[in-house]
Amino acid sequence: MNFLSIFVLIPSLMLLGLWAARNIKQIRAVMVTGASLLMVMAVMLAYLYVRARSAGDTSQMLFTSSMEWYKPLNICYAVGVDGISVVMLLLSAVIVFTGVFASWKMKLQTKEFFLWFSLLSMGVFGFFISIDLFTMFMFYEIALIPMYLLIGIWGTGRKEYSAMKLTLMLMGASAFLLMGILGIFFGAGGTTMNILEIAKLHIPIELQRIFFPITFLGFGVLGALFPFHTWSPDGHASAPTAVSMLHAGVLMKLGGYGCFRVAMYLMPEAATELSWIFLILTGISVVYGAFSACVQTDLKYINAYSSVSHCGLVLFAILMMTHTASTGAVLQMLSHGLITALFFALIGMIYGRTHTRDVRELRGLMKIMPFLSVGYVIAGFANLGLPGFSGFIAEMTIFVGSFENTDTFHRVWTIIATTSIVITAVYILRLVGRIIYGEVENKEYLSLTDATWDERLSVIVLVAAVAGLGCFPLWFSSIIGESTLPVITQLMSH
Amino acid sequence: MNYSQILLMRPELSLIALIVFYLLYDLIAGEKGRKYFHLVVSLGLVAHIAYNLCPTGAVSISEGMYLSSPIIGIVKTILTFGTLIVVMQSDLWLKREDTVIRRGEFYVITLFTLLGMFYMVSSGHFLLFFIGLEMASVPMSCLVAFNKYNHESVEAAAKYVLSALFSSGLMMFGISFIYGLNGSLYFNDLLQTITASPAQIMALVFFTAGLGFKLSLVPFHLWTADVYEGAPTNVTGYLSVVSKGAVAFVTLTILLKVFVPLLGEWQQMMWWMIVASITIANLFAIRQKNIKRFFAFSSISQAGYIMLAAICATPVAMTSLVYYVIVYMVANLAVFGIISVVEQRSNGKVGISDYDGFYQTNPKLAFVMTIALFSLAGIPPFAGFFSKIFVFWAAFKAGFWVLVFIALLNTILSLYYYLLIVKAMYITPNDNPITHFKSDGYTRVSLVLCLIGVLVLGIVSSVFGILNAYSFGL
Repeated sequence: MNFLSIFVLIPSLMLLGLWAARNIKQIRAVMVTGASLLMVMAVMLAYLYVRARSAGDTSQMLFTSSMEWYKPLNICYAVGVDGISVVMLLLSAVIVFTGVFASWKMKLQTKEFFLWFSLLSMGVFGFFISIDLFTMFMFYEIALIPMYLLIGIWGTGRKEYSAMKLTLMLMGASAFLLMGILGIFFGAGGTTMNILEIAKLHIPIELQRIFFPITFLGFGVLGALFPFHTWSPDGHASAPTAVSMLHAGVLMKLGGYGCFRVAMYLMPEAATELSWIFLILTGISVVYGAFSACVQTDLKYINAYSSVSHCGLVLFAILMMTHTASTGAVLQMLSHGLITALFFALIGMIYGRTHTRDVRELRGLMKIMPFLSVGYVIAGFANLGLPGFSGFIAEMTIFVGSFENTDTFHRVWTIIATTSIVITAVYILRLVGRIIYGEVENKEYLSLTDATWDERLSVIVLVAAVAGLGCFPLWFSSIIGESTLPVITQLMSH
Repeated sequence: MNYSQILLMRPELSLIALIVFYLLYDLIAGEKGRKYFHLVVSLGLVAHIAYNLCPTGAVSISEGMYLSSPIIGIVKTILTFGTLIVVMQSDLWLKREDTVIRRGEFYVITLFTLLGMFYMVSSGHFLLFFIGLEMASVPMSCLVAFNKYNHESVEAAAKYVLSALFSSGLMMFGISFIYGLNGSLYFNDLLQTITASPAQIMALVFFTAGLGFKLSLVPFHLWTADVYEGAPTNVTGYLSVVSKGAVAFVTLTILLKVFVPLLGEWQQMMWWMIVASITIANLFAIRQKNIKRFFAFSSISQAGYIMLAAICATPVAMTSLVYYVIVYMVANLAVFGIISVVEQRSNGKVGISDYDGFYQTNPKLAFVMTIALFSLAGIPPFAGFFSKIFVFWAAFKAGFWVLVFIALLNTILSLYYYLLIVKAMYITPNDNPITHFKSDGYTRVSLVLCLIGVLVLGIVSSVFGILNAYSFGL
């Protein structure tokens, strides 16, 4: 069996283990073992990948394998990774790991919670390793449906509404996506669903013009493309902590990843021709998300709109079609995934103590829970792009790369999008000043405790990852950069 | 005619043998023997499946009046399997005081309808087809009226028999056109003589209208909800799966065998019927309060998806159709098995709101129900996802892009209403939920079979492979 399939196998085994688990201790044991194994495997994969590359392996995807699945329909189970998938797998492993610890104290129906959580992780990992359109789509959908139950049962606030809205909007997107995938498949002759094979074939331009927007839209909804981003704030605000982390941290990246790997890579001509429409929409996402975050009063909503803005930046960067910008986009996926997961983890922990997420009621948290507050400040600074943290690296690369596109239209939109940095600083600094510092107003909060060991573990891992990416970006950007190159070459050659 | 040819009708003959055996068993076995009646019937059906499992080669009896090929054999096995599941699930209902004395009739009538479907599937002549169809639908009205002290059941039967007769009348009218214009009812002869003349198209229209009734496609669906609601739940399951599956298969075979010159007209007609079936049924399903009515509309929309394969008339579409029917069968029968056992154990609770909080009291059943619903909605990794994609694949390949797109958008609607039930079971609080109960052994076995089907049929591709290998033999 291929090494990569282990990323699907481990979550499946976790499902079986949970099925057999009898009490909370066993459930936790299964989850911790599984999540740690995934983490180890992701690190090992990264190591093997780098070793293979430095040994001079220049093929576009490594560890590829393809197994015929539905032969009459030319459907295969095909896997393979390049630098982008490797870092995304690392990200997913980190977030699944920390998510398990962030929901350590889950009381209500623990077993079912982790069952759906593992299914969700299976979908995410499967998506990043697959290079066959069908398998990719299947894993994408596997990742979607557990969200309904996770939010609907274990969520807070208007959970039923949010869960239904999220599920239906994303399913709507996947309807577009399937249409796009079928279009690509039959457009390229209907002989293979393997992305690498299709890239060598040529899809007629008339078909590209139809199916590029459909495919891009299908993935773009998941990447919070304006005006289809509305599922994201409601969904994230209502979801339980670990689910918000996984969803904002990893699942939204599926959108950007898919747009880049499927829509733009396979239909380069239409992409160059029609990208301006989506560029406008993502530009709006970036600025509008940031402005919306300024006026929210719920911590989770602030973060959710901030995610809309930052995920918009991912799509924005890939549409710029320069090598630097697309590398920046992947860095931004990583960076935003880690930062937003850290945010949601901290918000969940704060909410677990104060039972409110209303900015107007929280004050002076630094005096009550210094560990969590420091974590929150770090997350905030990373989010607004302070050098030394991952946010800076990613946004810098994106904007430099975007400006490399000499077209006036692109430059104007780059300038518009850069304003989001300032707006981000406005809402983050105001927020931090408001809830972290100052006097404690509500005397009941004085009796609250700081983070417990499981919470500390999850926060420390995430902060280390954010700072690590910020301090040693070259290692990541070089393995990402060499993998974004084939897509950019494909785009430039048309 | 050589009478020894009759022996080639293996599935039919073994089914007739079973029916005769059960008739006699009912008469002779006495009190003590009848205790094991259910077991005997179930085992008999298992034996029947085992006996006919290996598909036979091509058979043609009396100049092509009766035709059989491996894929037809497989379809018959699938139908028998569905019947077996329905029979197993009906044990609890048949043990009730008012039904226990009539259980023998239930078995025999059910198997008679199955026999009718066998002949219908195997027909190579319109008369045999019509006889099979009637044999499948007239006894069905007895099944619908089986709860004879319940006026809804009787009303449903009246509606069913009237609409079935009406649709048969329409179909017969179409067939008479065909005979008048072509001078033959053999499929083999018709293929050469049918042309796209207006009168022939007229014949096709009447024939399709008749089939539309049986398949409950919009606009011929109006009987469905009332009949599904009034019929005993197990019979509803049988109606929605086995009988529908047989007609769906026949629709495609007759199209491929007879109406090839009229393919364009047929596709145009089907196009609108599919769009209407899927969309209207989905919209109506959202508003339903009774779970059986709900699944009536769900099955109408599923029939629309099945027809999506039938519209293309290609070998891959044939495979996808049979595959879709199998997957739909296991998922829908799991649902009806649960509805039935809940109804029997809770004194007839069939409202969707009765299922509020079902997960708290009966987690296992709720879990099976959830998986079956996800499969119906087309969520991976369950089999329904694969069957839906393959149908879309086939239709897209045949060039029906817009139709596929409309169908895809409709999957969102269908997901919405399936999620409403999931929501009721898991999320909506209820002070007075259905109390915890133990389901009977037969139901449990049937649900496990269905669950295995839902989980395995998609991931293991060999089922599809086998179907595909044989469907070319049509």
